[in-house]
Amino acid sequence: MSAKEEQASGPVMVLSCPISLDYAYSAGQSASRFLRAIAEGKLLGQRCPVDGRVYFPSRGSCPMHGVTFGDDAVELSDKGTIVTFSIVRVPSQNIALPLPYITVNVLLDGADTILIHVLDAKLEDVHMGMRVQAVWKPREEWTTSTANILYFRPIDEPDAKYETYKEHI
Amino acid sequence: MAVLTAVVGIGQTKYEAKRLDVSMAGLIREAAERALADAECTWRDIDAVIIGKAPDLFEGVMMPELFLNDAIGGAYKPMLRVHTAGSVGGSTGIVAASMVQSGIHDRVLCVAYEKQSESNATWALSISLPFSLASVAGAGGYFAPLVRGYMRRSGAPDDTGIRVAVKDRQNALRNPLAHLQMKDISFEMVANSPMLWDPIRHLETCPSSDGACAMVMEKESLASRRSGKVAWIHATEMRSEPTMFSGRDQVMPQATLDNAANLYKKAGITKPREELDCAEIYVPFSWFEPMWMEGMLITERNQGWKMTYEGATAFDGDFPVNMSGGVLSSNPIGASGLIRFAEAARQVRGLADQHQIDGAKKALGHAYGGGSQYFSTWIVSSQKP
Ligand SMILES: [Zn+2]
Repeated sequence: MSAKEEQASGPVMVLSCPISLDYAYSAGQSASRFLRAIAEGKLLGQRCPVDGRVYFPSRGSCPMHGVTFGDDAVELSDKGTIVTFSIVRVPSQNIALPLPYITVNVLLDGADTILIHVLDAKLEDVHMGMRVQAVWKPREEWTTSTANILYFRPIDEPDAKYETYKEHI
Repeated sequence: MAVLTAVVGIGQTKYEAKRLDVSMAGLIREAAERALADAECTWRDIDAVIIGKAPDLFEGVMMPELFLNDAIGGAYKPMLRVHTAGSVGGSTGIVAASMVQSGIHDRVLCVAYEKQSESNATWALSISLPFSLASVAGAGGYFAPLVRGYMRRSGAPDDTGIRVAVKDRQNALRNPLAHLQMKDISFEMVANSPMLWDPIRHLETCPSSDGACAMVMEKESLASRRSGKVAWIHATEMRSEPTMFSGRDQVMPQATLDNAANLYKKAGITKPREELDCAEIYVPFSWFEPMWMEGMLITERNQGWKMTYEGATAFDGDFPVNMSGGVLSSNPIGASGLIRFAEAARQVRGLADQHQIDGAKKALGHAYGGGSQYFSTWIVSSQKP
């Protein structure tokens, strides 16, 4: 008898009970503006009035200084730099991406915070400092989600210097 | 002035993949009763109970402390639940200590646990938020890019993590409570294990364990009367910072540096590497040993890997780390921090059996959690401050 069969015929010790929580999610003012913009293919960040750093995505206030960003909006490029990355080979129930995939922390040009996304590239090519650009879904599929960006892809630009992104690791 | 407080009893379960023979309450009762026995107490002698565990979503039972306190024997006693993600075990110990130090209670019991066999932590941690692409695969997916960042800035040799993984699994062979007992563990075995979240290999990650750890603490006037060995709490410290802000150093967060500096200041320690006899550090992925050697100011910035490489953190090194086998050998998440604190106390009580460091008088217990933003630490000693 295999271990699995033995387990199947033995006493029931643990029952798997799926749970769900249904709730209405409100994005709030700041995230709503960001999401409406991304539905139009635009990437909006917000600038902290205290130190001038640009948050993307922004949640409307600065976690460092506790101030609101108000109506400020900064449009960002969809190009950026990989500050660090990992190649994921483990399946995870909530993640639909085929394995292996490259997860990247991208610093978009003009932003001062990182965006965690995925990269479509040869596994052996990915490296820190690599220049990348967003590949968008077909326009008719755009919704209010960062998933409008299918993935990032490498572009033919020289690597960013380590000093320009090292504080974002 | 705070009331001087001591650990007078420690109880742990055996850590293993599945404890099908006990419920959650049965599991933690086992640890609690062992701690009581070690302290030569009964529930009658306990003034309050502090319970810690990681996110409720892990087992899918919300606020389990509400029924657990009664179920383990603490009925009608004041109870407080602690929750600071992966560092929660450490925070639980600190909250318990503060109950005595502040003069509120004379003797408390704290217990922390996780029953991972009834949970799916990676699922619970791979949150899919509305309006965004889900791509971070559990804790490994979050920490792997940070490990790569550490490797880049420190220039550490690629096999540093492998060496930590082998060392901690060898230490686990000294500890019958440790979950992983890998008698044939070797450099090649870890190096050849599958890459899960590059650069983190399978054998550089912690297991999923069931288990609980408990401690009894009491005030000086009670502890001083004991003939048995106690661990005096010299200092505790808890620090946190936001997970996301611009310019946040995720590899070496300000919160860990502040935590370490303040902990040593409180304990009157100026040269931690020389003044501490050993340390039990929260290392769920191998590379966090060198990272936290720097984060705890044991060594200079970007030099942590040298301690591993030169064998300083080995069992017979000048600064032994994770004598129990560490989180890499047993990981009941919510308990993991308290196990580190308990191991530090066992060492200075001289009761760590086969993993005892000879003559250990002063030891560090450490836990971290979340996105490297919660830190809990303590220093215990065989002697009063
Ligand atoms: Zn700010």
